[in-house]
Amino acid sequence: MHFVICAKQIPDPDTPPSAFKIDETKNEVVPAPGISPVLSQFDGIAAEAALRIKEKVGDVKITVISLGKESAQAAIKQVLAMGADEGLLLEDDAFENGDHYTTALVLSEAIKKLGDVDAVFCGRQAADWDMGQVGLGIAQLLEMPCAIIGKDVDISDGKMTVQRVLLDGFETVEMPLPAVVTVSNELGEPRYPKLQQIMQAAKKTVNKWSLADFENLEATQVGEQGRKLKLEKLFIPASDSEVEIIEGESAQEQASALVSRLKDAKIL
Amino acid sequence: MTKNILVVGEFNQDGLSETTAELLTGASSLSSGGSVSIVLLGAGSQEKAQSSFSYGATKAYTIDNESFSEFLPDKWAIAVNDIYEKEKPDLILLEQSTVGRDLGPRLAFKLNSAVAMDCVSIESDDAGFKATRPCFGGNARATYSYSASPAVATVRAKSFEAKTQGNENGEVVQIDLAADSKVSVINREEVATEGLKLTDAPIVLCGGRGLGGPEGFDMIQELANVIGTDKAAIGSSRAACDLGWYPVANQVGLTGKVVNPDLYVGIAVSGASQHMAGCSGSKSIIAINKDPEANMFKSARWGIVGDYKEVVPALIEAIKSS
Repeated sequence: MHFVICAKQIPDPDTPPSAFKIDETKNEVVPAPGISPVLSQFDGIAAEAALRIKEKVGDVKITVISLGKESAQAAIKQVLAMGADEGLLLEDDAFENGDHYTTALVLSEAIKKLGDVDAVFCGRQAADWDMGQVGLGIAQLLEMPCAIIGKDVDISDGKMTVQRVLLDGFETVEMPLPAVVTVSNELGEPRYPKLQQIMQAAKKTVNKWSLADFENLEATQVGEQGRKLKLEKLFIPASDSEVEIIEGESAQEQASALVSRLKDAKIL
Repeated sequence: MTKNILVVGEFNQDGLSETTAELLTGASSLSSGGSVSIVLLGAGSQEKAQSSFSYGATKAYTIDNESFSEFLPDKWAIAVNDIYEKEKPDLILLEQSTVGRDLGPRLAFKLNSAVAMDCVSIESDDAGFKATRPCFGGNARATYSYSASPAVATVRAKSFEAKTQGNENGEVVQIDLAADSKVSVINREEVATEGLKLTDAPIVLCGGRGLGGPEGFDMIQELANVIGTDKAAIGSSRAACDLGWYPVANQVGLTGKVVNPDLYVGIAVSGASQHMAGCSGSKSIIAINKDPEANMFKSARWGIVGDYKEVVPALIEAIKSS
């Protein structure tokens, strides 16, 4: 079988909010000095889901694909170090500044071009824009069934079984391959590569495809030109909260003072 | 300029969901006199359609059929697409719910258009629609316009206020449609929430990783008991859920539930932005944390810097004796 993991490199979401800055003239996040971009956390968990199945069923090739700049190689290498077999970087100036539609379009064309893909694993959402639509978009464009927000994924007998997290419960669904699944943090922590695996990953193949490698795609369909959602404004919401720290000699004193504030505000 | 809007509604045996009523009210003001229609799928939808008219719908499309009662996203996408073709709305609104977050992107890609997810505000002008939504884990907000039609948006609960419009009548159009799903549901289990639902509670007490272990939640439960379990419900940060200290169904944050209570108490919760994305709409926030630098203090109205193991029992006593 052949699995694809879609991986995105993003600004580190653990950047302290005080270091999070936006350039409002460019509608861009200003990279925090000294903080490197990372593999989007949910994509690492998607890789974990794919690798667990590979360990169980054996004969599986895993390709990790990233649409991004040359620097996204680091995200690809990380998934290769976890145990994926081959990397694919989709890189072209024409792909830059796209939206979720153009991202799903290019990824789906790449998956089509790979030809023999049985299952696609994505994170439930990228931890930068938090949209949660690229996995579903790939599935829709490739006419594959899709289950989102999985906490457990299994493949056997040509079928994918996904246990999904709902807002008020769980659900188990089954669908025929090829299929797309998006994976959530409830699956568990992604494995941490050993030094030896990191060294092996450096030797694994990472192919590069640009727009010219896609017969079906025109420059007008991708990147900034292909956007269907136009980013008008990116801003940090104003906070009007001024915290009152309740002081006191003891926890009892602080607690009584807080309770009387709540009584005064008619909350309790 | 008038706009036609289609709302993908949700309902249960008690009636339309609150958020659906909010979306209809919002749609009728965004439409500037254009049509507001609703689609309701599954058994009982014709009866439930009646109440949609009082919130501003003028037409309700229903598939009042048991075969659509179970939410199967690919099958529902076929149905809504069919109604799109009949109505050709400029905007499709869905709830940011189990249904909307699965159906919204499917519809947008099917219609060769775009969706903005988890919006907190939608505006309309002559140029079209603008959708604003949190991103970067709640650190930032983005406002989008659409360069494709129809615009699709999933909308967070309480982004609009539900108001009845003094109209009781509208047209119900029953659709006959058969569609299949490629996905079969083998099992579905609802996590029974005893008593008050987290999203309905006027007071939410939330525990985080700083509790140090699951027993911290026992203390929070005691606090909930003295406040009254008809008022206070308990939430958990993602970190505490991932550590197995509290059920996932009670997770507050970007990837869990979004709550907007009168009072939110973060107990040993650092307040990472992805957590704040789930509670920043609370009317008042209290932060209790031994780290004075904890991010939650920045959004709080009141804060106590101290060990929760001392502060929470003191609060329990203070409430008992007040």
